[in-house]
Amino acid sequence: MKKKFISMLLAAALAASLAAGCGNGTDNGNGANENAADTGNNDNGNTDTGNGTAENDGALVDKVEGSVYYLNFKPEQAQQWKDLAQEYSTETGIPVTIETAASGTYESTLKSEMAKSEAPTLFQVNGPAGLASWKDYCYDLKDSAVYKNLKSDDFALISDDGQVQGVAYVIETYGLIYNKDIIDDYCEMDGAKIKDVSEINSFAKLKEVADDMQAKRDELGIKGVFASAGMDSSSDWRFKTHLANMPIYFEYEDEKVGTTDAIKGTYLDAYKNIWDLYITDSTVEPTMISGMTGEDAAAEFAMGEAVFYQNGTWAYKDITGNDVDDDDMGMLPIYIGVGDEANQGLCTGSENYWCVNKNASEDDIAATLNFLEWVVTSDRGRQVFRDEMGFVTPFTTFTEEYMPENPLVAAANEYIDSGKTSVPWVFSTIPSEGWKNGVGSALLEYAQGTGDWEAVKKAFVDGWASEYSAVNQ
Amino acid sequence: MQKSLKRYFPIFAFPTLAAFTIGFFIPFVMGIYLSLCKFTTVADARFIGIGNYLKILSDRTFLHSLWYTAAFTVVSMVLINVLAFTVAMLLTKGIRGTNAFRTVFFMPNLIGGIVLGYIWQLLLNGILANFQKTLTYNSAYGFWGLVVLMCWQQIGYMMIIYISGIQNVPGELIEAAKIDGAKPAQILFHVTIPMVMPSITICTFLTLTNGFKLFDQNLALTNGEPSSMSELLALNIFNTFYGRTGYEGVGQAKAVVFFLLVAMIAIVQTRLTRTKEVQH
Repeated sequence: MKKKFISMLLAAALAASLAAGCGNGTDNGNGANENAADTGNNDNGNTDTGNGTAENDGALVDKVEGSVYYLNFKPEQAQQWKDLAQEYSTETGIPVTIETAASGTYESTLKSEMAKSEAPTLFQVNGPAGLASWKDYCYDLKDSAVYKNLKSDDFALISDDGQVQGVAYVIETYGLIYNKDIIDDYCEMDGAKIKDVSEINSFAKLKEVADDMQAKRDELGIKGVFASAGMDSSSDWRFKTHLANMPIYFEYEDEKVGTTDAIKGTYLDAYKNIWDLYITDSTVEPTMISGMTGEDAAAEFAMGEAVFYQNGTWAYKDITGNDVDDDDMGMLPIYIGVGDEANQGLCTGSENYWCVNKNASEDDIAATLNFLEWVVTSDRGRQVFRDEMGFVTPFTTFTEEYMPENPLVAAANEYIDSGKTSVPWVFSTIPSEGWKNGVGSALLEYAQGTGDWEAVKKAFVDGWASEYSAVNQ
Repeated sequence: MQKSLKRYFPIFAFPTLAAFTIGFFIPFVMGIYLSLCKFTTVADARFIGIGNYLKILSDRTFLHSLWYTAAFTVVSMVLINVLAFTVAMLLTKGIRGTNAFRTVFFMPNLIGGIVLGYIWQLLLNGILANFQKTLTYNSAYGFWGLVVLMCWQQIGYMMIIYISGIQNVPGELIEAAKIDGAKPAQILFHVTIPMVMPSITICTFLTLTNGFKLFDQNLALTNGEPSSMSELLALNIFNTFYGRTGYEGVGQAKAVVFFLLVAMIAIVQTRLTRTKEVQH
C-alpha cells in the first residue's frame, strides 16, 4: 500500500512538472500566433506615439503581449532604470525586467544570460569591437522609432549591408576635469605660470603649470596635482582606453583612416609624456597605483586633494556634493602635445549602444521596441533621463529643456559652441579587450619601474596586429 | 531483503542519479563537445575540430599559469599539511582551552573565498603601503599573499581531520613504543605518522586539488594582476572564456585539459599514499 502511495506521489509530481512545461509551451505558441497582428498594430502605434501624447502610448501598447528584459550596463543607473521600468509597466501592463551587471562583468553576464531561454530582449554593446561578437544577435532597428529619432547616423552601428544593429542612447564627453577654485588660488600666488585657467591650451603649458603646482602642493593644500592614476580594474580604462584614444586618434588623422588593422604608434612618445605627467605630479607614488581604484581617484578630486582628474561627464554624480562646488568644476581637453592644440576640443562619443535580441519572440521584440520608444519620447522617460540618470542623448526628442544639469556637460557644450574640434571616441575601434589589457599591464609596469616603455610600445603596436588578426580570422 | 532492495533501488537512487546526470554528466559531455566548437553563447556552437586545442599551445599565459599553479599547489600543500599536523599534535596534548583553540583555528574556514580574498587584500595592502607597494606590484607578492591566505583558511579544516586521526591511534601502541625506549621523535615518525596515514591521504588530496582548482581567492586577491602574472589556471580559463571575444572555445578546451590534469594528479596521488597506509 505504502509503495503504491509513493509511486503515485512520484507519478503525480512528474505529471505536474510535465503539465507545467506544456503549459508554457502553449502560451508561447499562442503568443506567436497573435503577434503578427500585434506588430502590425504596433507599427501604427509608433507613428502615433511619435506625436508625443502619453495617452496614445497607453492605449496602443495594451495590445502588445510580450515582455521586456533589459540587461543594463551602467550600475550607476541601476535603480533609476528599475523605477522607470516600473512606471512603464504600470502604465502599459507590459512587464519589464531590468538586470544590471556588476561593474566590469557585462560581457560575461551577457554571455551566460543570452544562452538562457529567457534571454535579454534588450542588451548593449560598446561599439564596433563589441558588436563583432554579438552581430548575429542584433535585430535590424531600421524601422524602429529609436533609430528614426536619432540626430544622425553617426550614432548608429550600421552594418555593410545597411542593417541598423545598434543605436547609441547616451553621448558622453571626457577630458581633464579640474578644480577651478584651486587653480584660481594658484594663479594668485607669486610666480604663478598662468593668470587664468584658460591659458592652459597646450601640453607644454599644462606640464609647466602641473609641475609648478606639484612643487607648491603644500602651500596649495593639495596632495598632488593629478588624482591617482589607479590601475585597478575599476580605473585602468581611463588610461588603457580613454587616454590611448589620443595617440590613436592623431594617427588616424594623419593616415586619414577611421580604423586600421595595424597601428604604427606614431604618437607613442606623446602618450608617454602625458602618462609620465600623470604618475609624477600625482597624489601617490607610482609604485602604489596598481591597487588604487576609481573611487580613490574620484574621492581625491571630490575632497579637493587633487586638481585634475581625467574622467568624463558620467563622473559628475561621484564627485558632486563634497568639497568641490559644482561651479568650480570645469573640463579641459587632454593635451598631449600633438596636432592643432589651440583648437583641440574634448573627447565626445558613445560606447553605449542598444541592441535588440533578434532571437527573442516577435512579441518580446515588439514590446522592447515599444519600451525604448516610450523611454525616448514620453515626458516621463525624458525627465528621468535628464534628472535622474543625467544622460545627454543623441535623440531629436531631447530638446533644449531636456539637457541635464551637469556642469561637466555644460563645459562640454561650451567647447562645441566655441568651435573647437571634438575628438571622437576612436577607441571603439581597438581590436579587443586583450589589447587594452596588454597596454594597461605594460603601462602599470612602466610606472612601477618593473618594466620599460619598450614593453608599452610592443603591447601597443604588436599587440594591435596580433589581436586584430586573432579577432578577425 | 535482496528483492526489496532491488525494488526500491530506483526510488532511492533516482534523485541522486538525476542530480548527477543533470549537474555533472550532461555539462561535462557538453563541455567536451564545446571545446571542439566556435561559439559566442553555449547555445549556438559550430563544430570546428581541434583548432581550440592548438591555440592553447601558443598561449603563453596558459603555460605561465600552469607553472604558477603548480608551484602554488606544492608550496601551499606542504605548508598547510605540516602546519595543520603540528597544530593537531599540539591540540591533542590536552592543553587548557583546547576546544577554544580548535574553534578559533577552524573559524576561517567558514568564511567564503571572495570575502577572504578582499579581507586579505586590505590587510596585506595595508602592510605593503608602508613600503609604498601594493599586492599587485609583482606576481611574487600575489603568490605569497595567496599562500598566506590559503594557509589561514585551510589549516583549521585539515587540523580537524588530523585530530580525529591522531585520537584514533591506539594508546597501547604508543605505550609499547615508550616501554621499548622510543624517543618522542621516533614515536612520531614510526608510530603516529604511519597510523594517521589515511588522514594524510585525505588531507594531501584535499589541499592538492584545492590548490589546483583555486579560483575565488585568486580573483578577489589579485585578479591575476599584474599582466596576468598571478593568474592561476582556473582564473586563466575564466578570463579566456569571458574576457576575449572569439576565445570561448579555447577557454573550454583549456577547461578540458585542466580536468585531465587534476584527475591525473589526484589518481597518482591517492595511489601513492594508499600504499603507505597501515591496515589495522
